[in-house]
Amino acid sequence: MTRKMKIAGLGAAVSLLAISAAQANDPVSLTIVSWGGAYTQSQVRAYHQPWMEQNPHVTIINDDGSANALAGLRAQAQAGNVTWDLVDMLPSDAQLACDEGIIMPIDHDAMLAAAPDGTPASEDFLPGSLGECFIPQIVYSTVLTYRPDAFPDDAQPSSIADLFDVENFPGRRALQDRPGTNLEWALFADGVDPDDIYDMLATPEGVDRAFAKLDTIRDHIVFWTEGAQAPQLLADGEVAFATGYNGRMFDAIEVEGQPFEIIWDGQVVEWDGWVVPADGPNLDAVMEYLYFATDTQRLADQASFISYGPARASSAALVGDHADLGIDMNEHMPTAPENYFSPIVLDNDFWVDYGDELRERFANWMLQ
Amino acid sequence: MVQADAGAMPPSTTTTTAPKEKLTTSDGRSLKTALRQAERRRRIAAFLLVAPLLFFILTFFVFPIAQMMWRSVDNPQVVRALPNTLEALSGWDGRDLPPEEVFAALHADFVADSERPRREQAMGPLGVRLNYELSAARGAISRTARQAPNFEAPFRDAFTDAHRLWGDPALWRVIQREGRALTSAYYVAALDRQFDEFGNIELRDENRRIYISLFIRTILLSVAITFLTFLLGFPIAYYLSILPMRYANLLMICVLLPFWTSLLVRTSAWIVLLQQQGVINSTLVGLGIIGDDSRLSMIYNMTGTIVAMTHILLPFMVLPLYSVMRTIPPSYMRAAKSLGATPSTAFRRVYFPQTLPGIGAGGVLVFIISIGYYITPALVGGQSGRMISNEIARHMQQSLNWGLAAALGTMLLVGVLVLYWLYNRLVGADSLKLG
Repeated sequence: MTRKMKIAGLGAAVSLLAISAAQANDPVSLTIVSWGGAYTQSQVRAYHQPWMEQNPHVTIINDDGSANALAGLRAQAQAGNVTWDLVDMLPSDAQLACDEGIIMPIDHDAMLAAAPDGTPASEDFLPGSLGECFIPQIVYSTVLTYRPDAFPDDAQPSSIADLFDVENFPGRRALQDRPGTNLEWALFADGVDPDDIYDMLATPEGVDRAFAKLDTIRDHIVFWTEGAQAPQLLADGEVAFATGYNGRMFDAIEVEGQPFEIIWDGQVVEWDGWVVPADGPNLDAVMEYLYFATDTQRLADQASFISYGPARASSAALVGDHADLGIDMNEHMPTAPENYFSPIVLDNDFWVDYGDELRERFANWMLQ
Repeated sequence: MVQADAGAMPPSTTTTTAPKEKLTTSDGRSLKTALRQAERRRRIAAFLLVAPLLFFILTFFVFPIAQMMWRSVDNPQVVRALPNTLEALSGWDGRDLPPEEVFAALHADFVADSERPRREQAMGPLGVRLNYELSAARGAISRTARQAPNFEAPFRDAFTDAHRLWGDPALWRVIQREGRALTSAYYVAALDRQFDEFGNIELRDENRRIYISLFIRTILLSVAITFLTFLLGFPIAYYLSILPMRYANLLMICVLLPFWTSLLVRTSAWIVLLQQQGVINSTLVGLGIIGDDSRLSMIYNMTGTIVAMTHILLPFMVLPLYSVMRTIPPSYMRAAKSLGATPSTAFRRVYFPQTLPGIGAGGVLVFIISIGYYITPALVGGQSGRMISNEIARHMQQSLNWGLAAALGTMLLVGVLVLYWLYNRLVGADSLKLG
């Protein structure tokens, strides 16, 4: 048995050697950090594989470290040993990393492809999405999802206000264990206009009002931490409502066939995108890759693998069918007009400024 | 049932005779010196043998812990970013806004910083640091940093126009207070306290206190888990110790089996069993013992943490207990009974006291492991089953407030050392028996 395994291992090693010997053209391996799971898969199929086909000397290594990307970037910068080439992260963390000088500033027009009609990159990306060091890829949203079989046919929930209405819509609710999204929805359900939510949350009265609204459903909440837990709780029937990322909910509904319904009312919209660590090991190769991976066609392609909206205006027209399921992806985009009727655009500056204090208060509220 | 009785063997006795006159070796040296030299060589050899381990412990254990403790008081951000401002601020009384010359110094600091290479700029870390003490301070720094080099006198108006916080004495008090190389602020925050406007330490608003109650809960949970592992582990260990060796080994594998299974698999198994639509609840509903609408909440709360952690830590209690019980001669119990003790008296007065070293060792092990446990509470603890280590992990990985994480970690470490010291005083660490 062991001898067989040894022989098999030797065979694998020899064939690996043969493969690497075949690539004479200065091989480069790029370590690209992302969120793992279905999301990394969508990047592999839309960006990595086509790029590696065009450039056989490039190997891309996927690292699922995005959840702790800022901690990782800091640690690598402090140790003076940067091993990540490209990192997928949220704009709030990207702004912090940018202020600390551990990621590269981006000149969007010089470094990124223009739209097919010649519109420069800085005008083609959706308004407000570009950062000093940040290149957006997708628009994702946090949405409310429910199980239709938990409610009678003539009384199905349809809005964020219904999440806070335990009398008409009984059942447990799965919320994420952090203040973001939850506080926004508490105020939204209390009748605050989406444009005024952050101004109100910056005042003590606004925070009290949000927590008072949350108090009304407190005994009916199950908290989740990891993105995968929300659809799981819903699928197990542990909860009637769950908040979650629209891409994961799409996967659960369309790929796994779960009987969930998405409520697009009050969806909390945010960007996600690339940053380039300063002093990375393969800067030239990364910039070539980035020029390719953020062009109009590539961003539209990614929407064929996961239901997140492309961050370029010019990509919207190119969004087609899902690569495996064959369903039209346009109606599943958070940015589709029929879904984008009352969005709350996540204010990253607000959360960087007030996040520490609100997280403490939220932790205290959860522990009571 | 009769076993070889190792404890009954008489201890070997040695007799020593004191030398009566000075002894020498064959080459004429004093025996004492020769002996000392030989001893020293042996000691060096022994030291060289343990040196790799010592080096390993120093590098990967003592040094990182010392560095972590250092982080909890290290406070370079303000001193590095605002040297001129701090000097100008030295005479300020902390009441009204500081005078124009302080704002001019602040401007000079912003200009100096904008001229440094990007990686060495100090305003980013400064904003993050000040935001721990005062919400929105990061926004004040980062938004001002982009405009400040173009400011013109009077600087006071320019800064207060750029961000409202520059006109708030609270921000200036924080800068003055944290303008030192060492800080106590992380410990103050870790104790649910804050500085008031005169620099005195006061309790935080009630709705922002978290850590003290978490510390208390962590200790109570650990005590409960230790007690439960003792209750479950003692009979198992006793049964194992009286079984013939081949059955005992088989049973021991059953005890150790969970030990060899991945922690995540074991924890997930508990989720399958305990959740509301899980095996136990469905069985109870199926048998009609509970109604479908009153399913028990056994997971994502404190019950979940206690059940899963008791299961995971049980071997740490059973193994020391078993190794101690194996060495207790059964003849003692027989002797006690033959002298008239009832079985319960014999157990209470003869057998149980001899197992104390095992109970102590198992208890200390389980308690210390559970006080720092982190994955299981995160997966099955929900909110009421969270422990302080989850909060430390959150500050390490998500909020990235490493100073606060270090302060909480140091407090946990010191707490464990104090408890161990107490244990040592009350019971005596030399009575520990780990196997």
